[in-house]
Amino acid sequence: MNGFISRGFTHRRRTPEELADRLPPGQYLESGWPVLTAGPTPDVPTDEWSFRIDGMVAQPREWNWEEFHKLPFETITKDIHCVTKWSKLDATFGGVSMDVLLEEAEPLDAYATFYSYGGYTTNVPVEEITDGKAWVVTEYEGEPLPREHGGPARTLIPHLYFWKSAKWVHGMTVLDHDEPGFWEMNGYNNHGDPWREERYWGD
Amino acid sequence: MESPLPPVEQRVPGRWQIGTVSSIKEETPRVKSFWIELPMWMPHLPGQHYDVRLTAPDGYRAQRSYSIASSPLDEGRIELTIDRLEDGEVSPYFHDVVVEGDQVEVRGPFTSYFVWRGEKPVLMVGGGSGVVPLMAMLRHRRRTMPDLPMRLVYSVRHADDLIYADELGDDVVLTFTRDAPDGWDGHRGHIDAGLIADAGVDGGIAFVCGSSGFVETASQLLLESDYEPQQIRTERFGPTG
Repeated sequence: MNGFISRGFTHRRRTPEELADRLPPGQYLESGWPVLTAGPTPDVPTDEWSFRIDGMVAQPREWNWEEFHKLPFETITKDIHCVTKWSKLDATFGGVSMDVLLEEAEPLDAYATFYSYGGYTTNVPVEEITDGKAWVVTEYEGEPLPREHGGPARTLIPHLYFWKSAKWVHGMTVLDHDEPGFWEMNGYNNHGDPWREERYWGD
Repeated sequence: MESPLPPVEQRVPGRWQIGTVSSIKEETPRVKSFWIELPMWMPHLPGQHYDVRLTAPDGYRAQRSYSIASSPLDEGRIELTIDRLEDGEVSPYFHDVVVEGDQVEVRGPFTSYFVWRGEKPVLMVGGGSGVVPLMAMLRHRRRTMPDLPMRLVYSVRHADDLIYADELGDDVVLTFTRDAPDGWDGHRGHIDAGLIADAGVDGGIAFVCGSSGFVETASQLLLESDYEPQQIRTERFGPTG
């Protein structure tokens, strides 16, 4: 804290008091759902979609759309925080816990990189996607996940900034080393904890 | 795993610093450009952004990101062009409160994907205030490599929405989607394949910036004009303010 005050800044966005402590530092409440995408929106038909777990695992696995939907399906309501400063509270998704998926594949090492249709990648330590912290979701508010938000399927890792939740997800590779993904190589923080405001390199 | 991108030099920008607003230009009734002198300036890549942070006397803070409009050849300072969003909290402050000589807290420059590093040829497609990071590229190219093929297709709604009106030269294809200025004999209506073709850029890299809907439509048009997805870089303005 450097003591700087912005001359004449008094305006307060009307965030209800009871919600204010759910907003990490530097975030504001957004009721819509803005889109952040680095390139054109991929079009992935569900009959061509699959989710794989490969790399350093005991048993590489792949689920197609039909097989994926036979797995235990959960409704998940979470707050999400985008590095571009908006937060959305109580967003409801439907999907499968990473715990279910990882139990079948059995990761043997500590690092994971998710990869998407369209070439996007993002890295997350395995311990941050286990014990009820991450999902592969195919529904939003009870409807199929919209394409611009990653449909047919994206990951949901709500305790990290939302670029860590890969849209159009196609799979994850377990690695014996940390491998920075797309945004992690292009200026965003390697870890991305919104409560510690880990937005950029060096934060 | 193979990345779609070359790695870039790791450097650490990003300390908060107090800049001084040295000049303000009204671009349109709802858009102003602010030159900010920076004590810890570092060269940026055209397309990068700064974060701005406002702090109230009670400690309340608000942050937003704004694209840099200026070329990195303008050493020691940056130009931020800010669209006034009615229900915003940072952009109305800049428009209604900030005057020349004021201090503002910023940090940057940030992120290295939606940036131009000298690739050619370049097609840029901007909607409304989405033109700002593209103007940084255009200005930098005009000063460093004026012969490098780079074209901007720029879509605005009304005659008085035109940002950088006095800088739109032969390298800009302009269209008005609602109403054009009196005597306008150029393009009207939304961006379409014909307009993309008129820009006369063949291959290379494309930058698309604007609202989410604009970016969706424009990048789809580029795909239909034989651009590959990996040739198209996009940046979207959400409903932020």
